[in-house]
Amino acid sequence: MHAGIIFFLVILGSILFHIFTPWYWTDIASNWKGMDDTITLTFWVGGGVFVAVCLFMIYCVFKYSYKEDRKAEYKPEDKKLEKILTVATTLGVAALLAPGLIIWNQYVNVPKNSIEIDVMAWQWGWQYRLPGKDGKLGTTKVVNINDDNPFGINLDDPYGRDDVMVQSDIINLENNRPVKILLRSVDVLHNWYVPQFRAKMDAVPGVVTYYWFEPNKVGEYEVLCAEYCGVGHYAMRGGVEVQDPNSYQQWLGEQETFSDLLAKQNKEIETKKVAKNNSKIEKVIYKEEK
Amino acid sequence: MSEEYENKSGYQAQSSETITGSAGSTPDIDYVRPAELPEQDLYHGHTFITKWVFCQDAKVIGVQYFLTAVFTGIVGLILSWLMRLQLGFPGLAGFITAEHYYQFVTMHGMIMVVYFLTALFLGGFGNYLIPLMVGARDMVFPYVNMLSFWMFFVAVAILMASFFVPGGPTGAGWTLYPPQTILEGTPGSGMGILLMLVSLALFVIGFTMGGLNYMITVLQARTRGMTLMRMPLTVWGIFTATVLAMLAFPALLVSAIMMTLDKVIGTSFFMPTILKAGEVLEYGGGSPILFQHLFWFFGHPEVYIVALPAFGIVSDLISVHARKNIFGYRMMVWAIVGIGALSFFVWAHHMYVSGMNPWFGFFFATTTLIIAVPTAMKVYNWILTLWRGNIRINTVMLWCLGFIVTFVNGGITGIFLGNVSVDVPLSDTYFVVAHFHMVMGIAPVMVIMGAVYHWFPLITGRLLNETLGKWHFWATFLGAYSIYFPMHYLGFIGVPRRYYEMYDSPYMTSAVGMNEFISLAAFLVGAAQFILIFNIIKTLKTGKPAPKNPWKANSLEWHTSTQPPEHGNFGERLPVVHRWPYDFSVPGAKDDFIPQTTPPSEVVNTKVEKT
Repeated sequence: MHAGIIFFLVILGSILFHIFTPWYWTDIASNWKGMDDTITLTFWVGGGVFVAVCLFMIYCVFKYSYKEDRKAEYKPEDKKLEKILTVATTLGVAALLAPGLIIWNQYVNVPKNSIEIDVMAWQWGWQYRLPGKDGKLGTTKVVNINDDNPFGINLDDPYGRDDVMVQSDIINLENNRPVKILLRSVDVLHNWYVPQFRAKMDAVPGVVTYYWFEPNKVGEYEVLCAEYCGVGHYAMRGGVEVQDPNSYQQWLGEQETFSDLLAKQNKEIETKKVAKNNSKIEKVIYKEEK
Repeated sequence: MSEEYENKSGYQAQSSETITGSAGSTPDIDYVRPAELPEQDLYHGHTFITKWVFCQDAKVIGVQYFLTAVFTGIVGLILSWLMRLQLGFPGLAGFITAEHYYQFVTMHGMIMVVYFLTALFLGGFGNYLIPLMVGARDMVFPYVNMLSFWMFFVAVAILMASFFVPGGPTGAGWTLYPPQTILEGTPGSGMGILLMLVSLALFVIGFTMGGLNYMITVLQARTRGMTLMRMPLTVWGIFTATVLAMLAFPALLVSAIMMTLDKVIGTSFFMPTILKAGEVLEYGGGSPILFQHLFWFFGHPEVYIVALPAFGIVSDLISVHARKNIFGYRMMVWAIVGIGALSFFVWAHHMYVSGMNPWFGFFFATTTLIIAVPTAMKVYNWILTLWRGNIRINTVMLWCLGFIVTFVNGGITGIFLGNVSVDVPLSDTYFVVAHFHMVMGIAPVMVIMGAVYHWFPLITGRLLNETLGKWHFWATFLGAYSIYFPMHYLGFIGVPRRYYEMYDSPYMTSAVGMNEFISLAAFLVGAAQFILIFNIIKTLKTGKPAPKNPWKANSLEWHTSTQPPEHGNFGERLPVVHRWPYDFSVPGAKDDFIPQTTPPSEVVNTKVEKT
């Protein structure tokens, strides 16, 4: 008897916990409301099955606990009941699977008007690259990466010259404009994850992976690394600032492009060359004086 | 049924041997095929070493496996305490650095999944129960069986040694995903990971020896009359799990070998071009995702390697203690086999957001949700076995009921995670941690506990104390449920797993209290296990001697010549089986159980439906 009561309280407690929980998902800030809806649907169907199975079990505990003078029923099989249960379960499972697959289809098909963002990950940090006026990102190679070329852009790729480089772990996004996140890593697995956007995907060294979402709420969000990447994993944070189009354009205009960086470096190289020449001339003069 | 016997009786004339007992008044209904082969010769040890150390008796090997696995389980438990200490009360234990935390996470996971659960179910229960339940004197290859345990023992020793090497054990996460596993930046990326890989390889080799034994014993050494469809579901579960293991473990072995080569001689199976600390490493062209495919090709069947024996054992426990036949036995057998087969087609549901080709998602979501159907059928059949039963609410039954609650809970959350687009927001969060602990941590442990209370009198001849048992159950069940049920909601918030600390992230501020609560519950559940240890010690010293077949069960292990069974199990004559093990409460029978060895002529007036 006690056992049945305690099990019943556990089930009742679970339901009450679900209704009154202060811990639930963060306010969604992207287009993936379908994911939330499928979770809610699965909660109703799955939660219903859980409660029904447990209540039936508790009923059996109350009704059929051991009595010396009673004999259990002897009925090895009930083909009809088993068939009904199989069909009902199959239908229930199919009803949950269908919306899941429909949303996945949206998830893997990126809208044409989305803006591509190169998210580069390493142990332990993020930086971002946006296409310039040509609308295309230049190709990259890990071996190209150095202080003068932080993204490893191929120098002979004309698309790369006007790429906008954001050497910060915070990126700004335009509200209501779909973004295609192109993920790459230079060392180990990482995952660029903003809980409010719901979406995520691993960054894998050696390949470029992608996912997309459309931010729809202006504000600042925290980026978390969601794939274990070594001892600094928990500290690998970043940020996103979703802005209205005007502020976004203004922010975009302030960012440095790859050609800006190259020009700056060339200037530095020129100055270095001049300095070198000067010292050579000085040396020659010195020798001649001798 | 009678036609079948009449058909078979034709063989009797050809056979040179006649069976005693069948020559009575009703020879036809008691007929069992005569023995065709001489009995197995057994090596009987005489010294302490051959009897208890390098022993060839499957029962002793089973106990050896059990105790070694429990030892690793206690290590895993202590590691989980340390993790919860850090998560619930960050900074309280100053010695837990991030490196240590990740090492605890990794070792806890690997120990619990492979060295505790797998070894305990297959090595422990498999060795002890298979020969007894199918009516064999021992495993078919006793010597190989002995080697299997010692190989496992060495694997455990090497695993434990990795705690003491420079750099400590690996902290790569139990999934050991490259490239980070073998690169600096991950704790234990030197000696630690090498020892882990060597230990896993030895485990697989040792397990293969044991697994061959379990499979061939079930297929070839069943006693007369023990048809496959008369085997207890425990044997079906362990047998199918062993087949899965024999097919899945090679994938783990090759990935361990390939990773060792990447680490030691610089091959690039899993290593692409990598830039580390400003330098390009001498790797290139390998694929980290390849490792994940290999790992989960092993890893997903591994879930069922743990789950299927648990399914089988719990079916038997429920049936015995509900005094009712298991409902839908055939369905249960085919569900076990079907789940086992399907488990090889679902592995990439662990990889929806791994960066593999996203189109795989459609296929693997579909196969994963298909597997929910046979699994649900099993659940229905368990509760339908309780229905109209005559249920003893004892400690064993409590563990079974606890199993049903936690398993259904964890199964339902599995439907969330298997359903590809629902997985996207939830993967890599605490929802996953809660899910798999509920379904393949707590639920199988509930079965293990039930099995310990159930078979303890068989193994030792004494009954465990019921009062202590009930305290043990309620502390464990309520504690574990209050750890993992709320933990799902951390996942909804978006708290990622494998975080040493959350700092003051907005997701975490609301969850601080919950984390403290979960940690306290975890300390309690861990401590509650010492009730069992105390109970065992107390029972061994002063416990009530168990009567023969204390639970009035039908299966063969309770019908040995002595209890506990001696080496050779069944005295002079092997038992002959006449029925399935679930003839409980048969109408017309004197008792509420008819052992498998009872010939039909002894229970003539009963209405037996299945034999």
